[in-house]
Amino acid sequence: MKEELIVSGRMNLNIDPVLHIWHWQIPLYLFLGGLAAGVLFFASLYSIRNEEEKYSTAVKIAPILAPIAIIIGLIALLLDLKHKLYFWQLYTTIRLSSPMSWGAWVLMAITPLSFVWVGIHLKEVFPKIDFSQKFFGTLYKMFTKEQEGGVNWEWKFGWLTKLEKLAIENKKMLAWAILLASVILGVYTGILLSAFNARPLWNTAILGPLFLVSGLSTGAASIMWLSKSHEEQKLFSKIDILLIVIELFFIIHLFMGFMAGPQVQIESAALFWGGEFTLYFGLFVVILGLIMPGIFEVMELNGYHIHVAIPALMILVGGLIFRFVIVEAGQITRYLY
Amino acid sequence: MRYAMAIDTLKCVGCSDCVVACQTENNVPHGYARDWITETVDGVYPSLELEFRSERCNHCDNTPCVRTCPTGASHIIEGGIVKVTPGKCIGCGACIQSCPYDARFSSPEGWVDKCTFCDHRIANGQDPACVEVCPTHCMYFGDLDDKNSNVSKVIANRKWKVLAPEAGTDPQIFYLI
Ligand code: SF4
Ligand code: SF4
Repeated sequence: MKEELIVSGRMNLNIDPVLHIWHWQIPLYLFLGGLAAGVLFFASLYSIRNEEEKYSTAVKIAPILAPIAIIIGLIALLLDLKHKLYFWQLYTTIRLSSPMSWGAWVLMAITPLSFVWVGIHLKEVFPKIDFSQKFFGTLYKMFTKEQEGGVNWEWKFGWLTKLEKLAIENKKMLAWAILLASVILGVYTGILLSAFNARPLWNTAILGPLFLVSGLSTGAASIMWLSKSHEEQKLFSKIDILLIVIELFFIIHLFMGFMAGPQVQIESAALFWGGEFTLYFGLFVVILGLIMPGIFEVMELNGYHIHVAIPALMILVGGLIFRFVIVEAGQITRYLY
Repeated sequence: MRYAMAIDTLKCVGCSDCVVACQTENNVPHGYARDWITETVDGVYPSLELEFRSERCNHCDNTPCVRTCPTGASHIIEGGIVKVTPGKCIGCGACIQSCPYDARFSSPEGWVDKCTFCDHRIANGQDPACVEVCPTHCMYFGDLDDKNSNVSKVIANRKWKVLAPEAGTDPQIFYLI
């Protein structure tokens, strides 16, 4: 058999023997970005469809996860930057050819929007404020006027009142803006990877839609978990089943594409088919993260009693592992020469 | 102007003098390398073929590393040389992920470092340090747009290959074979 042996004298840290320049922070960031995109997508969608009361968890409660997820995600991203003090350079320019750049700008746009969205629903979600609570009490006191009895949602600052009024008056527009931004954010988490031609595993346009669907499904799972209304749980359970089917279809599509591709992509697919990522991907992502929760949800809809937390948690953990596997495995794949 | 390099794999003995010359000339941090030697053995025993190559950034014509850089720290200067501005680099690693040759690395300070074709030497009319120091004179450097430059002449007369052309970056280091 003809064989080739390649020995390189290079030993650069994080580059050799295999590339590992991105660590746990990036997959976590991608997961949280997808989750935020998912909850914001459904919140704005059901608000636009005038079903705010029917699906109140989706519209009013679950979005609280979004700013939290985005902020933790951004901290994770910052932790992975190697030249951290220069972070601001990201916001001195827009480079459309660089997903990293326009992604940073989309986050810049969606973060304040998500805060505003959460803000205009706070009064309904938490009608009573308990100022004696340490953390939240202090937080409330920073923004609202204190009053005997503790029931007060009057903002301390005039501009906050004005902003709230403006947002409520233009809520439809706000919802449309969030809907659009959330789709871009969801797709971005996949395109960020697929823009890297040099990594054969990532070099496929299907990663954009695949990450979007996966993000939406983690969002739907969170809503389902948080919701107290049976009707709402049922709706999001159905949405989740649909998303799982689409995701499985995309995954099959991904691997069919690899198998029809050049040698480097066939080798990338082999990492998941007998290679070192088989267990993580096959068991934790596909079986425990997609198929099993899908089956549980179908059973639940057919009258079996399964606690909603079980499939929801499985989908969330599966989505997280999915991103870890793709980021780790992608860095291993490369052109050999 | 289009700077390029041709490297004669038939003359290279893999001594690593170019690696040391670069590290000294450019104060490359200890333990890192902007250029390196790759050794490949190819064929069926007993007819094996050994090839030594001195490798570095290919200063590609189609540069994914520059395109994916979010800040413009990675950029192209006169003559097609690909450079990084440390004060603009945030160390996001996008350019490192983009390079099919893994020619970049993250310096201990955090910005991304790579071969510069010794543009500070070129400005003085000198060759890059690796080219000048090579004991077998296996490297040729110059302007491809100038038909009489060393590099233009040697690639016009010899058979050559580039590395991983299928990655599509249009590399500008030519290996004479
Ligand atoms: S070899 Fe890599 S770093 Fe150099 S120009 Fe090409 S893609 Fe960029
Ligand atoms: S690491 Fe620096 S040079 Fe590379 S893409 Fe990021 S900002 Fe640009």
